[in-house]
Amino acid sequence: MSAFGEIGLRWRSASSSARRFLPNRTGIATRKRWATQLLSITLLLGATIHAQVNFERIVNSAKEPQNWLTYSGDYSGKRFSALDQINTNTVHALTAKWVYQTAATGKLETTPLVVDGILYATAQDDRAFALDARTGRPIWMYQRQLPSDIRPCCGRVNRGLAILGDKVFIGTLDAHVIALDTKTGAVIWDVSAADYRTGNSFTVAPLAVKNLIVIGISGGEYGVRGFIDAYDADTGERKWRFYTVPGPGEPGHDTWEGDSWKVGGAPAWNTGTYDPKTNQIFWPTGNPSPSNRGQGRAGDNLYSNSLLALNADTGKLNWYFQFTKHDEHDWDATQVPVMIDAGDKRLIEQADRNGFFYVIDRTNGKLLSASAYGKTTWTDSKDTEGRPVANQNASPTLAGHTVCPGALGTTNFMSPTYDPQTGLFYVTARDQCDIFSTAPQPYEAGHAFYGSAYFPSEEAEPYLGFLKAIDPATGEVKVKFQHTSPTWSGVLSTAGGLVFSGDAEGNFIAFDATSLKPLWHFQMGGAVYAAPIAFAVDGKEYVAIAAGSAIYAFGLP
Amino acid sequence: MRQRLRHALIALTICSACVANAQNPLANDPRAAKAGEYEFRINCALCHGLGARGGGRGPDLTRAQKKFAHSDAEMFQIISNGIPGTAMPANGTNGQGVGMTDEEIWQIITYIHSQEVKAPAKPLGNGAHGKALFYGDANCSMCHMINGKGGRFGPELTAVGGSRTREAIIDSVRNPTRRLAWGLTESTKEFPQEYETATAVTEDGTKIRGVTLNEDSFSVQIMDASEQIHMLDKTKLRSFRKTRESAMPKYEPDVLSDKDLDDIVAYLVSVGAK
Repeated sequence: MSAFGEIGLRWRSASSSARRFLPNRTGIATRKRWATQLLSITLLLGATIHAQVNFERIVNSAKEPQNWLTYSGDYSGKRFSALDQINTNTVHALTAKWVYQTAATGKLETTPLVVDGILYATAQDDRAFALDARTGRPIWMYQRQLPSDIRPCCGRVNRGLAILGDKVFIGTLDAHVIALDTKTGAVIWDVSAADYRTGNSFTVAPLAVKNLIVIGISGGEYGVRGFIDAYDADTGERKWRFYTVPGPGEPGHDTWEGDSWKVGGAPAWNTGTYDPKTNQIFWPTGNPSPSNRGQGRAGDNLYSNSLLALNADTGKLNWYFQFTKHDEHDWDATQVPVMIDAGDKRLIEQADRNGFFYVIDRTNGKLLSASAYGKTTWTDSKDTEGRPVANQNASPTLAGHTVCPGALGTTNFMSPTYDPQTGLFYVTARDQCDIFSTAPQPYEAGHAFYGSAYFPSEEAEPYLGFLKAIDPATGEVKVKFQHTSPTWSGVLSTAGGLVFSGDAEGNFIAFDATSLKPLWHFQMGGAVYAAPIAFAVDGKEYVAIAAGSAIYAFGLP
Repeated sequence: MRQRLRHALIALTICSACVANAQNPLANDPRAAKAGEYEFRINCALCHGLGARGGGRGPDLTRAQKKFAHSDAEMFQIISNGIPGTAMPANGTNGQGVGMTDEEIWQIITYIHSQEVKAPAKPLGNGAHGKALFYGDANCSMCHMINGKGGRFGPELTAVGGSRTREAIIDSVRNPTRRLAWGLTESTKEFPQEYETATAVTEDGTKIRGVTLNEDSFSVQIMDASEQIHMLDKTKLRSFRKTRESAMPKYEPDVLSDKDLDDIVAYLVSVGAK
């Protein structure tokens, strides 16, 4: 009990002022004394009785910064930790505490969850496991027996899980949603969402909302018809489905040429966010299919490359905002949409793959601003709403020509972070242009359906990778750090004045949140495709990230 | 329904073919070649070029004689499983895109055959003279090694004649800076290291100039022209600068004639094809 006070585990809510506490190893800041004592009690109880995670705990996740209860840390998508034991003054002493080898090969994209001292994570080929978060020693391990003919795009990856009650939930590469027992990893229920043989798969970390498990499908490279599903957490019964490509008679159906809607793509393969005040889920969608060829699907192709605001209980669409209309460059809008309150403004902000940073009023979906945060050549004008519009030269051609950003985008699925202390939005960005050339492909169920090819331009500049800090008020890039090469790592900010991210060369790096100067780094020996988290056990703060085929946890000595 | 039956038959043929003697079920089928052309663009052209004529990264596949694949079955095996120790990945494992079905692989093989050109009766250039130049007047071996003989400062070239087009090799000699050579490739990293020219000044003022063997945000390994490897901590350097100017001199035609260059290429091709 007193250990917490002695170590001085300090925390602050995301909405508190930007004033930073000075490092304080001997006690606790007076103004927060009551709160810390309360937290210590919570921590102690949590460690003893392992209270189950319920909806209220996720809504109030700011009250238990020692845990990481949902993909982005909280429902708003900020990936900000109020822990500050590891801070600008102490980070120099940060050291590896444990490494867990998953034995998986390929890209490890998982974001772990941590609940009361237990870390849950996933790995390739639908592995899931629970570890003692202090030691990295496994409590249970699960691996799905996958059919040999699954059709994943872009690696046999999984980005994480959701937790609710006595279950964790994952989506599988053969398009099932499964619930595992938190204590043993035993399968509690297993439901099929779609036919994997036509290219459906799950790679996304689900989102637990109320008693529902919300999940979006992958398969934009196979011409699936995208959807977002909600399942009853207790039974696995599907409660609603929102098709991201409207069927006949539905609004938006006329934005598709002929029967193209049937194979229209618009998958939903990254985790959205949730506003408990309005009971709305914000979920982004991916490219229309075929991804790089617009011929045959004339129209805006709703709701591809859009942000959807859905009623959490019914899955009904409240509003949508389409970032890239009639996309021909594979610019999925599947980036985490971050809810940010500025004064009385209720905003949602997204650093999009198409190179623009969008600020949207989340009460009605109205665009407030769109600013380039990387190299873009596809647009030179905006429509009356302020949305960048593709220019004449943007479309791929048979001979091929160069467009920026390239097919991988200015950013991709890697999680950004919003730090309420600096007021900055941090995102991993890349400057890369590609030659886009058409390669017409007929649709055939279960076969690749891109309709184009892209190549790095041989004459082009080398690809550049950055961590960029954007001022959401102006869209201006305030400060940036250039990596040696582009990275796929997500970003975490903490109340310790730090921003954490990884690089393609295998480094895990702690940056000063204001200057983006690296203060500490550790070579993990494998490229990073995942996003970091922070948690605390026994009063000690940890940061964790997946790299290579392992999960690493770091703490102070 | 007929369409479905046709696909089922193809699938059956392909499946039994894989198990048995791996004859290409789509050999010489012009429609398969056309489908294969698009599949090739999507899956292979990134390294092997549009048209299979190779690029700066992958071999020219229009040569009838290939280094690794001597039959359709071998080609199928290579496309499926990659070639260990080279940049050729196994189907579906490069992390981008979805990979190919068996049928699509056969389509690609059919397409590649449709693009093949017969080797000229007489090879361009005199390989024996090229070898003499490589180790002699052209000074290539001062920096480049072939089969264990030569320098270390530049890329090792034993395989280059088999993995690069004639045009790409000539371009690399005439314009070394236009496309820097690939160096170290790490399996989990998206981009390999390149032979960039780097200049580092250490705390005590020592200037180190050479090519980067590897680099991250905090460290760099540089080989200088005397083949010394310097492993440096970037934070301890007084300065560090990299340029995309190749350390290799530009061989203009007045220094190395077109004919002599053809001879060197002939030598590289003769070694690389083995």
